[in-house]
Amino acid sequence: MTRFERLRLDGVTRQFAGVDALSELSLEIQRGEFIALLGPSGCGKSTALNCLAGLLPLTAGSIWRDDVRLDTLPPERRGFGMVFQNYALFPHMSVQKNVSFGLQMHGVTRAETRRRTTDAIRLVHLEEHATKLPGQLSGGQQQRVAIARAVVIEPSLVLMDEPLSNLDAKLRLEMRTEIRRLHQSLGLTTVYVTHDQEEALSLSDRLVVLRDGRVQQIGTPEEVHTRPANRHVADFMGYRNLLPGRASSGASLLLEPSGVRVKGTPVGSVNDGDPVVAAIRPEDIRLDGDREATVDVVEYQGREFTVEARTDDGLMLHLRTGTRLSVGDKVRVGFPPDRLLLFPAEAS
Amino acid sequence: MTATTVAIRHRLAERGVDRQMLLLVPATVFVVALFVYPFAYGIAVSLQPAEGGLLAAYQAFFADAYQRDTIGTTLAIALPAALLNVVASVPIAYRMRGRFRGKRLLTTILVVPITLGTVLTAEGLLNFLGPAGWFNRFLVTTGLTDAPVRLTNNYWGVFFSLVITGFPFAFLLVLSYLSGIDPSLERAAATLGAGWRQRFFRITLPLLAPGLATTFCLTFVLAFSVFPSAILVGDPSGSTRVISIAAYEAAYVRYDYAGASAAAIIMGAVELVVIAIVLGLRGLLYTGSTAGGKG
Repeated sequence: MTRFERLRLDGVTRQFAGVDALSELSLEIQRGEFIALLGPSGCGKSTALNCLAGLLPLTAGSIWRDDVRLDTLPPERRGFGMVFQNYALFPHMSVQKNVSFGLQMHGVTRAETRRRTTDAIRLVHLEEHATKLPGQLSGGQQQRVAIARAVVIEPSLVLMDEPLSNLDAKLRLEMRTEIRRLHQSLGLTTVYVTHDQEEALSLSDRLVVLRDGRVQQIGTPEEVHTRPANRHVADFMGYRNLLPGRASSGASLLLEPSGVRVKGTPVGSVNDGDPVVAAIRPEDIRLDGDREATVDVVEYQGREFTVEARTDDGLMLHLRTGTRLSVGDKVRVGFPPDRLLLFPAEAS
Repeated sequence: MTATTVAIRHRLAERGVDRQMLLLVPATVFVVALFVYPFAYGIAVSLQPAEGGLLAAYQAFFADAYQRDTIGTTLAIALPAALLNVVASVPIAYRMRGRFRGKRLLTTILVVPITLGTVLTAEGLLNFLGPAGWFNRFLVTTGLTDAPVRLTNNYWGVFFSLVITGFPFAFLLVLSYLSGIDPSLERAAATLGAGWRQRFFRITLPLLAPGLATTFCLTFVLAFSVFPSAILVGDPSGSTRVISIAAYEAAYVRYDYAGASAAAIIMGAVELVVIAIVLGLRGLLYTGSTAGGKG
């Protein structure tokens, strides 16, 4: 393994036909960290990963492993392992050969190759399938081969490009735990691309939220979850209620169009009279407040109900509750000021 | 409708037999009328020589070295030409598998010879490679050779003609086989430390090989039935006296229809043997999916 302390991305930019797909991504990754690149499709997260892997040349910026400049090296000389979204297993090679391929390319001795291949296959519980071709495996098994193939070369960095997006919900949860377990037990450094905020929150040590090729926020899962940096991050992190309004006297706002005054917590600079967006999660809306709303839609979610309700002044709210409600029921909603975040509304 | 007819119908449907099979009728009729019938007719004619027994026409063909040797002559032209077409297509198609500016133009240029008839190609070859052609004039003027190099009216003339007309077929086929190989496979190999040589020989070539075998068969069949260029730019009474010339002479010079049919059937049989060998070898290769997984 190439020992390193930190990996540094410095203003990494990639353009396609003159348009920024990724602009000025700067990030320092410590050894052993699990970083998730999170964002909706087209946000530049896969571009970032491919730039890191060396599969896409940079338009500007540089990538450093400690004092070694990496962005000028071809992918085969960077020493990173990559798990592709479609797994990219070599269809004409058995599981064993797929896994040992990287070791052979790195000139590892035959005995050592055999030992490490067997270990890697055992690690992902595929001992009985070692001689099968990828086409004879299920999606989850193929996924595990892809992971074994990437980690067997003991890469300084493992890159994963939405590795769970082709699996069904149950398998996705299992593999998620599996990936985190491997990351910890092998002492890997991982960069993981996903559009699934739950996946990113549960797996990573730090999150990088991207939108339109630009970094929106970098922080721990908790920071991003409870203190999103702007309304876009909030929207992406599950703040389903985004209420337009206008700031008035510090931490309160007048909701539009009703003009009702509510208190919240400003994020960023919010001046009186500015247009703002108030964001609150469905689960943070209290049901013992002072504003009346009528239930429109009720979805059963197991332990909870997701409810869509409309206030008398026309505000549409998403909320969650443990009590069974029916369409037409009246509820009294309230917004806890510390959970209602006020973001400056952007021109977009 | 009684219960038994319904049951029979279900059983047939399970084996894929239903009314939609009627859609196959026109194609079947077409193949039978235009291929199976003439083929059977040819066999029948070849078995009814003017004199001698059932196999007299075949015996005559193999007894006469002048006829028999056409098999070797044709193979000696067709096998190397087909091989060269396939081998030359691979690097060009490999280089052209991605998307780039001008790809369509370049493909068009490479494929245009398909549209030229053999006669036009032969004329071009005579003008270009003939004793007084540009190529030889260039060689002599620059002093590279003292006398013109003989490249037409012999083996090489036919060989070049087959490469010119056969290459576009091979190239188009190889290009489509190559673009069917998931590009992420090579990228995966690169992240695992494989340089371009290893990526090509360990990943791409094994996945492409079955397609190359098929391509070889098709270009070989095209080359094996060479006739016009063997006469126009070849040496039709000597080094390029191919099997189709033998069949033609039997039919229209000697009016020996049985002999001509026998030559044609032998020609088909030799092609079948070569194809059977190549496809047999192909069967030893990996011939499954060329995708890297789900997605």
